[in-house]
Amino acid sequence: MRVTIVGAGVAGLVAAVEFAERGAEVEIVERASAIGDRACSWAAGGMLAPWCERESAEPEVVEKGAMALDWWPAHVGGVVRNGTLVVAQRRDLSELGRFARRTERFERIDGAGIATLEPDLEGRFEEGLFFPEEAHLDPRATLRALGETLDRLGVRIRFGIEIEPEEADGDVVLDCRGFSARDAVPSLRGVRGEMLVLRTTEVSLSRPVRLLHPRIPLYVVPRADGLFMVGATMVESSSARGVTARSAVELLNGAYALHPAFGEAEIVETRADVRPSLPDNLPRVTRNGRVLRLNGLYRHGFLLSPSLARAAAEEAFGLSETDDEAGRERLAS
Amino acid sequence: MTLGVSEEVEFYGVRVASRLMLGTAQYPSPAVLADAVRASGCAIVTASLRRESGHLREGQDFWGLIRDLGVRVLPNTAGCHSVKEAVTTAQMAREVFGTPWIKLEVIGDADTLHPEVFGLVEAARTLSADGFEVFPYTTADLGVAERLLGAGCKVLMPWGAPIGTGLGLNDTYALRSMRAHFPDVPLVVDAGVGKPSHAAAAMELGYDAVLLNTAVSKAGDPVAMAKAFAQAIEAGRAGYLAGPIEPRDMAAPSTPVFGRASLA
Repeated sequence: MRVTIVGAGVAGLVAAVEFAERGAEVEIVERASAIGDRACSWAAGGMLAPWCERESAEPEVVEKGAMALDWWPAHVGGVVRNGTLVVAQRRDLSELGRFARRTERFERIDGAGIATLEPDLEGRFEEGLFFPEEAHLDPRATLRALGETLDRLGVRIRFGIEIEPEEADGDVVLDCRGFSARDAVPSLRGVRGEMLVLRTTEVSLSRPVRLLHPRIPLYVVPRADGLFMVGATMVESSSARGVTARSAVELLNGAYALHPAFGEAEIVETRADVRPSLPDNLPRVTRNGRVLRLNGLYRHGFLLSPSLARAAAEEAFGLSETDDEAGRERLAS
Repeated sequence: MTLGVSEEVEFYGVRVASRLMLGTAQYPSPAVLADAVRASGCAIVTASLRRESGHLREGQDFWGLIRDLGVRVLPNTAGCHSVKEAVTTAQMAREVFGTPWIKLEVIGDADTLHPEVFGLVEAARTLSADGFEVFPYTTADLGVAERLLGAGCKVLMPWGAPIGTGLGLNDTYALRSMRAHFPDVPLVVDAGVGKPSHAAAAMELGYDAVLLNTAVSKAGDPVAMAKAFAQAIEAGRAGYLAGPIEPRDMAAPSTPVFGRASLA
């Protein structure tokens, strides 16, 4: 089976691995000149946190996200399985209660427990939730590593090429263009996200920390070299223009509330992009003849791309049936 | 007319069958929002433009989904802290949703989201003169209410409690006297409602409708909660129309004791 994948974001790269491992002859085409340059997964948090995400998502996120915890370590290095810590300031403890009611697989911990996990947070929070099975990764390092994995599997990525999936060669074409596929996926909408990268050596964290707040919840994900990703806003908008002043203020305030040392941190980067989202905020594979569209990863690119790629492979290899757009149109007419 | 429960309520000459208004923010997904709106049977939803206001076209996907819900849209100026900001947002909302209706919020305090009533009256006057039909989010202050009516408002929306707190009706005395002072003005309890019983209580006070968002969108099961609110509002309205008894201190047996057979 010859497979062309359009788009080298997390959806396309993971699908390439999945198809190549099943014996397909895979080629990727990407409009940008390097991995990540124009992919919204470049701005991701990189949290593999299916149980935390259940707070605002359907049960499917847990069911399909759990496999990502095995898929990623099996294909790239650098996946850290230290869990997730969820905290709230004293006046927002009701948010912690709500979070706990919506989720599972956590331990309730007190201030001492928080200090044991994250010594730099000692004395700052009295209650928290610890999700020991969750993991995190550095999205950029991971996407590059996936590129190397694909190299070893004999998959070539052709950069600087922008084509319509319907015009691509191959027995099967995977449309992994994300939000750029909106003309082909009418129900697709954009959910804008904004993030910051801070650098400080005055605080260190071993795992993603989520600070609950009724208006401005945020997370801080530690990366190498004293870098911390602070994210992320959720705005019903398809604009990728730069981070707004308001969002920057809110994210910085949140980081500062988590630890005052972030007030002295260097702002290394600000970035905004658009999450490709379907009405139920869950990803889906749809079919139009030989073109399979993998889309709707929303804020779960790293969490749900392995299960999405598997669903696409099962469809392509005839192991399951997916909605055929053309078929639906035939039925409708 | 049966019991009056299904009777319609009128805002600015528009009659609607449901006394529940739902906000559209903070749902797990647009699909859950749509299901909640359907389950609630509500006829009016509010939508915020503030966060998407930089460029008119940016939020159009979401606004399209709101329009597709098939219910009347009451755009709001949530998050506006000044008269100018609220007026500009209202004008943009009219363009996006093609309606003269506007739920007017002018926030005075960023922490409590307390209405800034002086700016509210000023913005209401400006917008009414510009042809808007204003639904002002206000406190239960009667003097402010008079000023809002003078500014052209034909609906008043006093708070139950601060936005998003879920505390319920913080001052039932004030809400009751507002109802008594303005028997002919449509009154809507807006904000602070947390549980269906709060909504029922508002209806029992004789309020015409209840507007809420967080209580449904952040509920464990938003769709089931939307339905529960619809039922509570129907029950509260029916109870109000049925004429509740007056409370009293003296116990009165519901079964007459006079003439009871002596079995001793």
